[in-house]
Amino acid sequence: MARTLAEKVWSDHVVRHAEGEPDILFIDLHLVHEVTSAQAFDGLRETQRIVRRPDLTLATEDHNVPTIDIDKPIADPISRAQVDALRNNCAEFGVPIYSLGNAEQGIVHVVGPQLGLTQPGMTVVCGDSHTSTHGAFGALAFGIGTSEVEHVLATQTLPLKPFKTMAITVNGALPEGVTAKDLILAVITKIGTGGGQGYVLEYRGEAIRALSMEARMTICNMSIEAGARAGMIAPDETTFDYLNGRDHAPKDADWDAAVAYWRTLPSDVDAKFDAEVVIEASELSPFVTWGTNPGQGAPLSGVVPTPEDFADPAAREAATKALAYMGLTAGTPLKSIAVDTVFLGSCTNGRIEDLRAAADVVRGRKVANGVRFMVVPGSVRVRLAAMAEGLDKIFLEAGAEWREAGCSMCLAMNPDKLTPGERSASTSNRNFEGRQGPGGRTHLVSPQVAAATAIRGTLSSPADLNMDAS
Amino acid sequence: MEKFTVHSGTAAPLRASNVDTDQIIPAEYLKRITRHGFEDALFAAWRKDPEFILNQPQTQGVTILVAGPDFGTGSSREHAVWALMDYGFKVIISSRYADIFRGNSGKQGLLTAVVDQEVVETLWQIIEAAPQTQVTVDLEARTVSAGELTATFEIDDYVRWRLIEGLDDIGLTMRHVETINSFEAARPTFKPVTR
Repeated sequence: MARTLAEKVWSDHVVRHAEGEPDILFIDLHLVHEVTSAQAFDGLRETQRIVRRPDLTLATEDHNVPTIDIDKPIADPISRAQVDALRNNCAEFGVPIYSLGNAEQGIVHVVGPQLGLTQPGMTVVCGDSHTSTHGAFGALAFGIGTSEVEHVLATQTLPLKPFKTMAITVNGALPEGVTAKDLILAVITKIGTGGGQGYVLEYRGEAIRALSMEARMTICNMSIEAGARAGMIAPDETTFDYLNGRDHAPKDADWDAAVAYWRTLPSDVDAKFDAEVVIEASELSPFVTWGTNPGQGAPLSGVVPTPEDFADPAAREAATKALAYMGLTAGTPLKSIAVDTVFLGSCTNGRIEDLRAAADVVRGRKVANGVRFMVVPGSVRVRLAAMAEGLDKIFLEAGAEWREAGCSMCLAMNPDKLTPGERSASTSNRNFEGRQGPGGRTHLVSPQVAAATAIRGTLSSPADLNMDAS
Repeated sequence: MEKFTVHSGTAAPLRASNVDTDQIIPAEYLKRITRHGFEDALFAAWRKDPEFILNQPQTQGVTILVAGPDFGTGSSREHAVWALMDYGFKVIISSRYADIFRGNSGKQGLLTAVVDQEVVETLWQIIEAAPQTQVTVDLEARTVSAGELTATFEIDDYVRWRLIEGLDDIGLTMRHVETINSFEAARPTFKPVTR
């Protein structure tokens, strides 16, 4: 029977199937960070269990860590205790860890792919909803809660009911200046924050095939914002080229065997999806959010919507509440909205291509008066690669802050926060109330829009800068 | 995990859709390394508002939360479930939940009942008109009743069985350790290891 990519990866990992029970699925890679693991390790100790496969487990410190003065002890005692707990747990249970200061430290979803640990056809889990990022390689990758973290640590498996499948086909080519971030924000606005519930999304079509691995990661990363647990993209030559030669990628005969297997993974031509969505790439333009959930977005060229225009009463009420929280008036052109802070980083847009794209926009320009522009690389590797290319100098000369690697202002667990009422343009993934600091107001944007916004001080695309110059 | 069969209690109406995990428990509170003691963190930002529903005298002691669609969207933090349970909630009623939140709830014994949005609306009317109405959630019969209303709710059969029996997932999987061993032995050699 014809099968989808997700169904193939699923069935290759079924340890046990029994009628009326969830399948027991083998997990190839378990990524761990400080925030969602401490209670799981405690559970192991209480039940006198061990970590079954520390060699399939990798920890990194990302959510809590400061992005300045990383050679000093973490100032916040509660953050420090949580990071210390992770270090102690990893030492006790034999789990490899990349700690603050290590050359491989960084955001868990940046670290796995860049090491070549994330490969097609794998099952990847982490106590973090943005684990969907790894689906860009054709892996079945999804976030789990702490009870499940403990379950995977103890058994290297998870009991799961199969997901439904949804094809998101993006036809044609993305217009000049339209990025993967704009595309995924448009997808979320189209299908809604609950549209993907119960589904694995498979992004396909000409526009997806043309994307780099990093752009594909941006797309899959935000699948969770559409309610989907996972997003996937079939592996192809772009995937293999990215992986070839990376630290943990297969070598020699193993490489050949792996590639031969990976080529069998794409969805069969006549495979049936439970749901299908089609998007025409040519209709897309730079996209931003105006509200307090990632489905409340609009083209940057548009205006703040009028709540009364939403047919669904729940959507209307949500829009009214969102505008009140965001301090916005219906009908205001989005490009007239002034921001206080611009955040470039996160597991969505903290990779080298994101930094390059933003640096291209700010090169030779100055950050607008009164605007704070924070650049936070997704990992130490990304940071060093950017510095080798001189990107740090471009940002610093423009007046931006060049920080150390971590999750930073994406979720404001470290000192990088918005103050109440402050407004940001952020390349991260969530614009929830208070996400970037209590009372903070977030507009989700692409790296290019973030950079242009930092220069102009109002939500802007790079094209607006060119118009200023002419 | 405690066994769950029938629960009766008073309920609070939360008239909001897309109640995300950052609202249920802001990230600031995720730095704690314990599994309990999160009651102060629940809806921490909203609770600063005196008008918030859980700050009203009539909702003190509630054990059931009746919320708008897409409850629990956002992050995978199980702290959201711990905070709801530490506060005293035993049951959430909504028309739709985020997948990870619902999975986490099932692991901890917090019942997430799915009902039609019309049932949510009716429940809101009942408990707003008479906040002391006893709402009864019967997991075996899959019904929720309050005043004149009796409605069925959806829940996965397997999760229902585990909640009724109060079973620990890891223990259940450990019964099949031999099967895991054989699967593991047959894995392709090209799969990566982390060290």
